[in-house]
Order: sequence, then C-alpha cells, then structure tokens
Amino acid sequence: MGSRGVIPRGLGRSYGDPAQNCGGTVLDTTGLNHIVEFDAESGLAVCEAGVSLDQLISRGLSAGWFVPVTPGTRQVTVGGAIAADVHGKNHHELGSFGRHVKALRLLTADGTVRDVTPRTEPELFWATVGGMGLTGMILSATVQLIPVESSLVSVRTDRTPDLDTCMELMADLDAEYPYTVAWLDCLARGRNLGRSVVTCGSFASVEELPERKRQAPLQFSPGKPITAPDVFPRQLLNTATVKVFNEFWYRKAPLHKTGQLQSISTFFHPLDALAEWNRVYGHTGMLQYQFVVPFEQADVVRRVLQRISSAGVPSFLTVLKRFGAESQGYLSFPKPGWTLAMDFPTWIPGLSRLLDELDEQVLAADGRLYLAKDSRMRPEHLSAMYPRLDRFRALRAEVDPEGVFMSDQARRLAL
Amino acid sequence: MKNAFDQPQSLLILGGASDIALAVARRMVAERTRRVVLAGRPSPALSAAAKDLRAQGAEVEEIAFDALRPETHEQVIDAAFELGDIDVVLMAFGVLGDQENDERVPMEAVRVAQVNYVGAVSAALVSSNALRRQGHGHLVVLSSVAGERARKANFIYGSTKAGLDAFAQGLGDKLANEDIHVLVVRPGFVQTKMTAGMAKAPMATTADAVAADILQGIAKRSAVVWSPSKLRPVMSVIRHLPRPVFRRLPL
Ligand SMILES: Cc1cc2nc3c(=O)[nH]c(=O)nc-3n(C[C@H](O)[C@H](O)[C@H](O)COP(=O)(O)OP(=O)(O)OC[C@H]3O[C@@H](n4cnc5c(N)ncnc54)[C@H](O)[C@@H]3O)c2cc1C
Ligand SMILES: NC(=O)c1ccc[n+]([C@@H]2O[C@H](COP(=O)([O-])OP(=O)(O)OC[C@H]3O[C@@H](n4cnc5c(N)ncnc54)[C@H](OP(=O)(O)O)[C@@H]3O)[C@@H](O)[C@H]2O)c1
Repeated sequence: MGSRGVIPRGLGRSYGDPAQNCGGTVLDTTGLNHIVEFDAESGLAVCEAGVSLDQLISRGLSAGWFVPVTPGTRQVTVGGAIAADVHGKNHHELGSFGRHVKALRLLTADGTVRDVTPRTEPELFWATVGGMGLTGMILSATVQLIPVESSLVSVRTDRTPDLDTCMELMADLDAEYPYTVAWLDCLARGRNLGRSVVTCGSFASVEELPERKRQAPLQFSPGKPITAPDVFPRQLLNTATVKVFNEFWYRKAPLHKTGQLQSISTFFHPLDALAEWNRVYGHTGMLQYQFVVPFEQADVVRRVLQRISSAGVPSFLTVLKRFGAESQGYLSFPKPGWTLAMDFPTWIPGLSRLLDELDEQVLAADGRLYLAKDSRMRPEHLSAMYPRLDRFRALRAEVDPEGVFMSDQARRLAL
Repeated sequence: MKNAFDQPQSLLILGGASDIALAVARRMVAERTRRVVLAGRPSPALSAAAKDLRAQGAEVEEIAFDALRPETHEQVIDAAFELGDIDVVLMAFGVLGDQENDERVPMEAVRVAQVNYVGAVSAALVSSNALRRQGHGHLVVLSSVAGERARKANFIYGSTKAGLDAFAQGLGDKLANEDIHVLVVRPGFVQTKMTAGMAKAPMATTADAVAADILQGIAKRSAVVWSPSKLRPVMSVIRHLPRPVFRRLPL
C-alpha cells in the first residue's frame, strides 16, 4: 500500500481534501453499490457503503420510506454520509445521519472486518461516525429509514426583510415543520441585512395530494440532470452578477405561501438538476465556509454577514439552518445553534485573510467549522472547536497505530 | 499540506541561516506555515534564526546539514520528511568565494564548486525524490544572475551557478508531469551576509524583496523568476553583447 496510506472515497462530494491522498492510495468505494437487504415492513436497509442516497431513496420510496437525513445533494454515498455525519434541513428534529445507523461493518487497519454497533463498541462507532474515513473503511451499514405517505413535500415559503425577522420565524417554525432552511442574500446591507427566503416543509399526506396524484403518491422520477458546459469564464460569479441573481431570487419568492407541493428534487436537492454545477465557478474553483455557533451567539451570524456584505464578497448560495441536539460522533459537526454556509469563488482577493478573521469570531463564540467543507482552517483551532478530538486521536492511535488510513485533510489538520 | 488557497504549511530550508531564506520563512510563517526545518551547519546564526521564527509562532527544528558532505544528504533530508509532509524545500546554501584568491589557490575554487554545484546536485536530487514519494511540493533553487554570463570578476562562482541553473531547469522539466514544481530563482545583487562590505551593484535589492518574488513564483508555479524582474531584459542584453565589447566592460 506504500507509506502514504489509503483513504476511502465515496462520490467525492465533500468540498475540500478529505477524500484525497496525495502520493498515496485512494479507494473508490462506488463499486460497493448493492442494497443487500431492505425490509419494507420495518424500513431497515442494509447497504454497501458505496450505495448512493439517490439509490436508497428510489428503493425506499417504492415502499413508503425515505432516508432519515439528506444533505443538499442525493449524489453522496452512505459511507460518505456516515464519515461526515451529514445533516439535513431536519437536524432540529432527527439529528444527523449517524443517529440512524444501527450497525456498520468496518475494515480496520489490521485487516480485520468488524461489525460495530453503538451498543457493542460505542467508542469505535462514534469515532467512525464523523471520522472522515480515518478509522477504517466502512464496507456496509444498516440504516433505519423513516416512513412517508407520499413523495411530495408540502412547502411553506416566507420572504423576510431582514435577519431578525428571519431568525424569529425560523425559531417559531421549527416546532411545526420537520424541515426548515433559509436562503440569505449575502450582499444585502443596512436595514436589508440578512433578508431571506425561508422555506419549511413536511411530507404531504395522501389527503393533501390533488386527486390525480393519489393513485401513485410515492412516484419518484427525477429528471435527468443537464450538464453544465465547461466554458464559464473565471470571474463569472462576481459581486455584480451575484447581486443581480440575489435580487431576482428574493423578488421571485412569494411574501407568504403555504401548502405548495414540491418534488423531493426541488425541495431537497435543487443543485442536482445541474450536473457539474461547480463549473460555473470557472477553473479557479470555489470553496465552502460553514460554521455553527450556539443560539445565544446568534450575533456572530449578523457580524459575519455584515463583514461579507461590506467587503462585497459574493457568496452564491448562503444558507442558514438551525441545529438541534449535539450529534454524538467525536468529530461530528452539528451542535445546538445557528449554522451558516456560504460558498465563495477562491480567486476573490483577500478572501483567505477574511475567512481567518471569521474563524476567530466563530472560535470566540464557542462555535466550530464543518470538516466536510473545510479546506483552509488553521490546525491549531481544531481542538478548541472539537473538544472530543483527543478521544478521537486516542482511539485512532489504538485501531490504526501506523496511520494506514490517511488523507490530505488529516495531514493538513493533523487529525 | 497546502490548503485551498495554496498556502504552504511546512518549509525545509537547506542552508538554514541564509538571509534570503529567512526572509522567505518569515513571510511564510506570517501566512500559514507552522513547521520550519532549518538544516545547516550548527552555528549561533542558525540558532538565532530558529529563535526568531519561534518567536513568530512557528515550530522550528534545527538539523545539521553540510553541503560538502553529500554522502550524508539522504539521511539528513529524509529525516526531515519522516516527521511530516514538507510543502516547500528551499535550497539556499552557497558561498561566493574570493575570486582573486581562488584563482591562485585552485583547491579553494574547487570548494566553491563543491558547495554550490556538487552539494546542490546531491541535495536537490535527494529532496526531489522525497517530494516525489510524497506526491506534491515545491523545490526552490537559488541560482544567480551571475550564472547568466560569466564575468571575469567572478566566473568561478558564476560558473557554479550556471551549472546549477541548467541542472535545476532540467530537473523541473523532468518533474513537471509529476506535479512537483521546481522554481529557479535568479537574484541580482542582494544585501545580505554574503555581500556584506561589498560595493552595492546597480539594481541592488533586499532579501525581503527577493522573498516576495520567490513566494509569487511558488504561487504561480513559475519555472524561473528574476529578482528584481527588470534584470531579465538587462541580462538579456548583456548576454548578447559581442565578446570584444563584453571584455572591455568593467564587470
Ligand atoms: C451540493 C452539495 C450540497 C451539500 N449539502 C450538504 C448538507 O446539506 N449537509 C451536509 O452535511 N453536507 C452537505 N454536503 C457535503 C456532503 O454531504 C458530504 O461531504 C458527504 O460526506 C459527501 O459524501 P461522498 O460520498 O461524496 O463522500 P466523499 O466526499 O467521497 O468523502 C467524504 C469523506 O467520507 C469518507 N468516506 C467516504 N466513503 C467512506 C467509506 N466507505 N468508509 C469510510 N469513510 C468513507 C472519505 O474518506 C472522506 O473523508 C453537500 C455537498 C454538496 C456538493
Ligand atoms: N546575496 C546575493 O547577492 C545573492 C545573489 C544571487 C544569489 N544568491 C544566492 O542565494 C543563496 C542565499 O544567499 P544569501 O544572500 O542569503 O547569503 P547568506 O546569508 O550568506 O546565506 C548562505 C548560506 O549558505 C550556508 N552555507 C555555506 N556553505 C555551506 C555548507 N557547506 N553547508 C551548508 N550550508 C552552507 C551559509 O551557512 P554558514 O553560516 O554555515 O556559512 C549561509 O547560511 C546562495 O545560494 C547565494 O549564492 C545570493
């Protein structure tokens, strides 16, 4: 295997370098793509690690089951969803992905295959959930799906004029809706700071469907994605174009509307409609910045938005969510509070320093950054953000003393 | 490992007490670099350099390295890589020699060649092999404008740099498709220990200005940088001067 070690890779949808291993070996897991067992009665699925959530959703829906947690794209693997302990718009209700994993089969550095459950080997289990592939390779997992009556989501949309209104509304709607999220205009300033479009939803019951849909309420047929051509100029996404887009997006949203039925794709995975969407950033690429701060530190969200909007740094997609109880993985990201995700084209001058500045604020507020999206943080900040890092390291030293499982991210951050 | 902004996190300097190299290290530590390995002949200057960088917040290791002992290079350099990835290797050792004296005492001239060329060939190959195993990284080689056209006032030094320059360019071409970047740096007259007490030449520059050019060369993955950049057209003219004219110049 060589001295540079190995790292498993799913569909490569993490934003930075966690599924890369310069000079070493990367194990493509997408060949492990069988749903080994699916119990239509209990909604329990045993799947190989390379099964995509897209696959699992298609299979589950036919029997009235949906994945318990889905990120903003279906094109992730079960292995990747566990290793990053991904969250969705329903974190306040159902937590992150790892909570719904009943067991996993793990290939560890010594070559043994272990069946790990949260009961039998809690330490190894919770180090692997959120462990970014560094405890071993997940071969398969047993996941509990959730029951749904239809494949359509009943959506409520509200346009809010500023950040306070947005946050208040989201806090109120959490109790009513399992899924909530807000899209923010990152360039709005002054009294418009943080103006947003809040969307919430819950799966529609059969009664809520129009007559013609009641025949096949669980139908799921996402269209084929269109592929973005590789022709976008380097600085297409700049302050001016993002401003225009944001204005349009904000104005297009209804002031208040309820009961609108949306497909799973439209509601959960809008970007999946455009394959290779990252190409719109041009060849210099983009990066994501996502942090969480405790609810009582909500002001950090405001200060960050002020900093971004006054610097005029265009984030194409700025998304605000609320997290519920802290996830159990040692390196899991979610903990109670506000989480803000932004994406930036990397060519923006001064972006590196600006993000360093934001890091300090997040750190001072007892917040943390999301490893699945980080590609630039300072390693020295990690232990303050992840208080269980020592336990993670100790466990890793035990199951993989030679550091066989190794990624560029692990090197960069000394995980 | 470099991050999404291509900022290096670790640096190995061969010739650890070089003024130019330290200027580079200071700038890098001010950005993202945390680990600096100073490889050089143990001396108060080397320890002072380490102290200076530690005060800036870096983790600094000092290791003994002598360009004149190529048989030890593998062991020394590999040890630095052993403890973690090295994003940038900076080869900064070199001696100017004393042209008039060295013409009279050929063994002294040989020493200059052994440090600047032989030692550099060895250290560059050992470093590039380590970078290849690691799969990424930059190797920065300090050449000199003196190698562009040997002058009668310092052709011993100039010829060692000419040899090194050609070697490093070839190495860079060889490694280009392995994603290892070799940067050849051609400074003019830089005010450092090496030139202390000498009359300032035209277009003289500072170690910090050279450092800035080096960092830009790393970021852009350039094959060659001149420092200052205006030396490039100047040297091009000098290079093409007819020999009778060149001989008469007081260079
Ligand atoms: C458009 C978009 C929207 C997104 N939205 C969200 C969101 O809303 N919420 C959220 O939480 N995330 C989100 N993400 C991030 C994404 O969900 C995670 O990065 C996820 O881990 C990607 O899964 P993957 O299969 O592509 O894994 P990869 O990117 O290939 O790998 C991610 C990590 O998982 C490890 N890994 C993969 N397979 C295995 C295995 N079999 N065994 C052990 N380790 C393994 C890898 O080593 C690596 O450390 C989004 C990403 C995109 C591109
Ligand atoms: N200054 C200029 O004008 C100029 C111009 C063009 C190119 N350069 C080149 O730039 C590089 C750096 O020069 P500088 O200006 O920074 O000068 P410097 O401060 O004198 O640095 C040169 C370093 O080389 C080290 N060295 C000499 N012999 C060595 C050996 N046998 N083994 C290990 N290290 C040895 C010296 O260390 P000790 O303390 O052990 O002697 C010294 O630290 C050199 O290659 C030089 O040729 C300089």
